[in-house]
Amino acid sequence: MTPAPEKTAMPTGKDIRQALLTGFWFMFLTFPLLVIKVHPIEQTVTWRWANMLWVGGLSAAVALACRLVAAHRAAGGERRRQEPDRAIAAPSQAFFLTPSRLVPLLAAVGLFFLVFPLLFSTYQVNIMTTALMYVVLGLGLNIVVGFAGLLDLGYVAFYAVGAYTYGLLHLHFGLGFWTALPIGGLLGALFGVLLGFPVLRLRGDYLAIVTLGFGEIIRLVLENWGDFSQGPSGIANIARPGLFGIEMSLETSLVYQYYLTIAMALLTIFVVNRLRNSRIGRAWFALREDDIACQAMGINKTAIKLTAFALGATWAAMAGVLFAAKTTFINPASFTFLESAIILCIVVLGGMGSIVGVVAAALILMLLPEYLRAVAEYRMLVFGAVLVLMMIVQPQGLIPRVRRTYTGSH
Amino acid sequence: MEYFFELLFSGLTRGSIYALIALGYTMVYGIIGLINFAHGEMYMIGAFTALIVSSVLTIYGLPLPAILVLTALAAAVWAGAYGFTVERLAYRPLRNAPRLAPLISAIGMSIFLQNYVLLAQTPDFVPFPTLIPEFAFLEPYGGIVGSSDLVILAVSTLVMAALTLLIKYTRIGKAMRATAQDQKMALLVGINVDRIISLTFVVGSALAAIGGLLIASHIGQINFAIGFLAGIKAFTAAVLGGIGSIPGAVLGSFVLGLTEAFATGYVSSDYEDVFAFSLLVLILIFRPAGLLGKAAVEKV
Repeated sequence: MTPAPEKTAMPTGKDIRQALLTGFWFMFLTFPLLVIKVHPIEQTVTWRWANMLWVGGLSAAVALACRLVAAHRAAGGERRRQEPDRAIAAPSQAFFLTPSRLVPLLAAVGLFFLVFPLLFSTYQVNIMTTALMYVVLGLGLNIVVGFAGLLDLGYVAFYAVGAYTYGLLHLHFGLGFWTALPIGGLLGALFGVLLGFPVLRLRGDYLAIVTLGFGEIIRLVLENWGDFSQGPSGIANIARPGLFGIEMSLETSLVYQYYLTIAMALLTIFVVNRLRNSRIGRAWFALREDDIACQAMGINKTAIKLTAFALGATWAAMAGVLFAAKTTFINPASFTFLESAIILCIVVLGGMGSIVGVVAAALILMLLPEYLRAVAEYRMLVFGAVLVLMMIVQPQGLIPRVRRTYTGSH
Repeated sequence: MEYFFELLFSGLTRGSIYALIALGYTMVYGIIGLINFAHGEMYMIGAFTALIVSSVLTIYGLPLPAILVLTALAAAVWAGAYGFTVERLAYRPLRNAPRLAPLISAIGMSIFLQNYVLLAQTPDFVPFPTLIPEFAFLEPYGGIVGSSDLVILAVSTLVMAALTLLIKYTRIGKAMRATAQDQKMALLVGINVDRIISLTFVVGSALAAIGGLLIASHIGQINFAIGFLAGIKAFTAAVLGGIGSIPGAVLGSFVLGLTEAFATGYVSSDYEDVFAFSLLVLILIFRPAGLLGKAAVEKV
């Protein structure tokens, strides 16, 4: 077959008309909110006409670009349709998957993370520690959303459970980080099952809302039950993680925490990877793809759903313990729905079910705003847009998961 | 007894606001089976548009009745426009995608719109002008019912009656019901399904905006995040009544509003939102079809 002749991307009159129309529509749409700014106390109005021009111009340009891309696709569509979608994404990953390339790459990445504290300031190390904690959180949520296909919008509740476990145990009983870590993990799993039981029967969208409600209930209880959690003022002076009772300066302690978080992230990657290829992992995939067929295959739906919730929650709770130890101060304001949304954004951007993708997305989303101060203000705006765009343009994420196949062609 | 009536009116007022928002949820769910997560933001955008328009008009010295009408109109028109645009950009391309995709897209849209208003206007709470004048004949009952309570009840009843008439007796309403029942069949009998879905979003968003305008003038302050909580509560109301059912949404809203008012009045006001969330979780577990909804049978 000869490829269809490439249509040159020249905007037609209709394209331009449509783009202008889009521009005018958005100028109208954003008029009251973007152009007018009222100062209620001084009773004055500021008219920001420049904003209107920006919106009109940008939206017209974007609309034109979209139309041109669509036209281009339609012209080349004949060819593209013959290859399955997966084949387009796979070669870039296959390039790295051969051992001769994978090993040096991993070694380089490992070395970079190992010497990171030697090369950069404490401030940078601190930021990297936070980013690595989000790697753990992202991978944990990936179990629930990516593997089992259960959309959990209250994931931050388990993070809070972990943080408060350590905070309260330290406050009342003086327990240290290393004792609190397993207790926190177990409590997280318990809460995961507690949430899992009632929602077993619910379908995707209802599940999402109930988990959201659950997350908010936990936060509101922490905020209002002052006798238990010290309310909005939170718990302060939580001990940093110890190392066989050695006294450490603040700086050493931060570096130690960095390595601790790396170890945690590596452990998470290892466990999640093993889980993915296990019997449970395959059961989760089956559940995600088609729950009725999954049941027909003799999989115990109740058991695997609960396992997914429990395991996902365990990681969140352990990350929570780590968070409490790192910041030494926790209050309910750290555990809002926005936090859940950020973690979800990491999973969606990286690719639901893809481990490499989630790790990369967590690092990108957490580090970029730190280094691009100019865009930090627009962070949440961009996160929202990313969720929408990813769903429309590339629902499988930046680095789609590669399904293990058993055909023996490797 | 006076306290009881005070709570009763506060519950009815809350209920009618929830109803205005819940109707949008239920209409959209009925027609395309999507939980429109960004619906709460339409309420917030409605309130902000109302604030801006009414302030500008007040500064230019228009008479109060003109301000009221123009403000309500502007809030409804712009919120409707936002609803239309959101559907076009974030939901229409995903019409045939797996279930999770439009839901995530909706969450993204909600976060986007909140931060858009935050950046375009202000991150702080802004005072909202009292648009509704105090009625003289209510003075003896001042502690029990305010004029804004009455106006909210009256306006929302009117709006709901108009919506019922629209859906029951007009061609458009008939087309909406047909699309909700069976999209393919509706296409076959010559209904422009895309246009009907757009229209549903516009109508739903406009209703939410009216709700936003009323409650903002009642409470007296707004910020960019008010849509989140209101949206969740209205969703709770819609589910309580049976999502997809219009009378159900209204009934559920009043049940939720009254429950909240009495629970905060007689039990504790600290846990106001916990009551709503717990109610939501309980209904979904024990009666997912809601009070007036029909249980859907999942077919293979």
